[in-house]
Amino acid sequence: MSPGLRWRKFVSGFMLTMTGLCALVSVSVLFLILGYLVYHGGTSISWNFFTKLPAPVGESGGGMANAIVGSGKLLLLATLFGVPVGFLGAIYLAEFSGGTTAFVVRYAADLLNGVPSIVIGMFAYSLAVLPFKHFSTLAGGFALGLMMIPITLRSTEEFLRSVPNALREASMALGASKWKTITSVIVPAAYRGILTAILLAFARVAGETAPLLFTALGNSFWSPGWHQPTASLPVMIFTYAIAPYDDWHRQAWAAGLVLLGLILVINIVARAILSRGMAVPRS
Amino acid sequence: MHASVRPALSVNLPPIATSPAARETSAVLSMRMTISKVNFFYGSKQTLFDVSMGIATNKVTSLIGPSGCGKSTLLRTLNRMYEIVRGARLEGEILLDGQNILTQDVTSYRRRVGMVFQRPNPFPKSIFDNVAYGLRINGSKAPISEAVEKSLRHAALWEEVKDHLHKSAYELSGGQQQRLCIARALAVEPEVLLLDEPCSALDPISTAKIEELLVQLKDLCTIVTVTHNMQQAARISDFTAFLLTGQLIEFSPTPQLFTTPGDSRTEAYITGRFG
Repeated sequence: MSPGLRWRKFVSGFMLTMTGLCALVSVSVLFLILGYLVYHGGTSISWNFFTKLPAPVGESGGGMANAIVGSGKLLLLATLFGVPVGFLGAIYLAEFSGGTTAFVVRYAADLLNGVPSIVIGMFAYSLAVLPFKHFSTLAGGFALGLMMIPITLRSTEEFLRSVPNALREASMALGASKWKTITSVIVPAAYRGILTAILLAFARVAGETAPLLFTALGNSFWSPGWHQPTASLPVMIFTYAIAPYDDWHRQAWAAGLVLLGLILVINIVARAILSRGMAVPRS
Repeated sequence: MHASVRPALSVNLPPIATSPAARETSAVLSMRMTISKVNFFYGSKQTLFDVSMGIATNKVTSLIGPSGCGKSTLLRTLNRMYEIVRGARLEGEILLDGQNILTQDVTSYRRRVGMVFQRPNPFPKSIFDNVAYGLRINGSKAPISEAVEKSLRHAALWEEVKDHLHKSAYELSGGQQQRLCIARALAVEPEVLLLDEPCSALDPISTAKIEELLVQLKDLCTIVTVTHNMQQAARISDFTAFLLTGQLIEFSPTPQLFTTPGDSRTEAYITGRFG
């Protein structure tokens, strides 16, 4: 073997090892976090955690039922508000808009994506809390929904654009209108990607704390309806983690574990739904 | 026969009327479509110059010519598919059954003129739903499953797929997918079927099947096909048009165009001296 070839083989082997190692590191971060959460919070998870209200300081036990329901309500509102806006906006961008409009909207969406979540919180506070003079679930859902818009919009647009033009032409040539083509060919062809995009947006805002501090605030009790302040898992984690009590620290770990678990479950269920149906093969 | 002794067809006149053999046949032929003085532009770039020709009813008409000669563009004017491209503009007149196609509602017009594309492009749906698509969007009252079977039979695909109509269209081979696309176009019972190099992505056996199919289909509808394969044009078409740099050079009955071309450029092209 010539020295040149030996060197090339060495470089190739070295790079292969490096890429493999980096892939391993990426995966292990998830498992490290999971393991850490289970180690610290696993013992505090009991049936009570899901059914009881938080216990006063000094009393052991208690749970975070109100925060789990609160997070659910906030995320439902956020999805109902953010996903349709992002989704329909993406259809406009991918299917109807010309060069300049698309550029401006896309750029604005990217900037909105980069706005720190605490600023989104301040904005939602001045728009949805101040005029009504009280914190509310609605305001929290609004803030989270705002954050979902650009994520849904940009990734949905990418998936719509990846649908081959040949399908648009085939549909139009059969006498389908543009709108009919979009609803019965383009969106079904891209729906796996679109659902993935929505899931990403969902998971991204599920753990947001800063916007909720200004809007949904927090609550030690149940929050009836939509107009009261509500507890949520991320804010609970924040409050409990900075408190000086060991018992609360364990509860915060447990809340983290539950939050992560909820996101994972939703992810897995959605992916199971995704695996049905017919995809456009890559050409 | 030399081009010098046979005057070349004037591209400005409807060539059917000037070609002697065509004149004989045109007396008995009815024209499904008439293209008169069509000029076509993409932005400021003109890609068709004063094209005039007729599309004979229940015949196969082939458009041939080297790459970029405008044959696909001409085909796409016939069902107004050019309109989905920004900046595309057409001047002139195209008639279907004596009516100007440019003044009609574009979606209902396209139902009368089906199209099959260069690469098979089935929808990511089942075989059945692919064929049923055109019927469903048009709100057809006819029983859909019968219409689907009929179209698949016309496209010579029924026997191969009848037991798995609900499988994905992508499980079919390339040739089967292309016949599925033909069935999908036939389902809405178009008067004219346009095919844009329908065999260029297919193997020889699939190609032979499609060619055979097209010849059978002309009883059902009028067929216009673009091809870069001269042998194919010679095998399947009744009339052939030769285009070069956006101009219609010659338009004659197929045997005449391939045996005694009236223009030296046609002769050069079909004998393989360019293109």
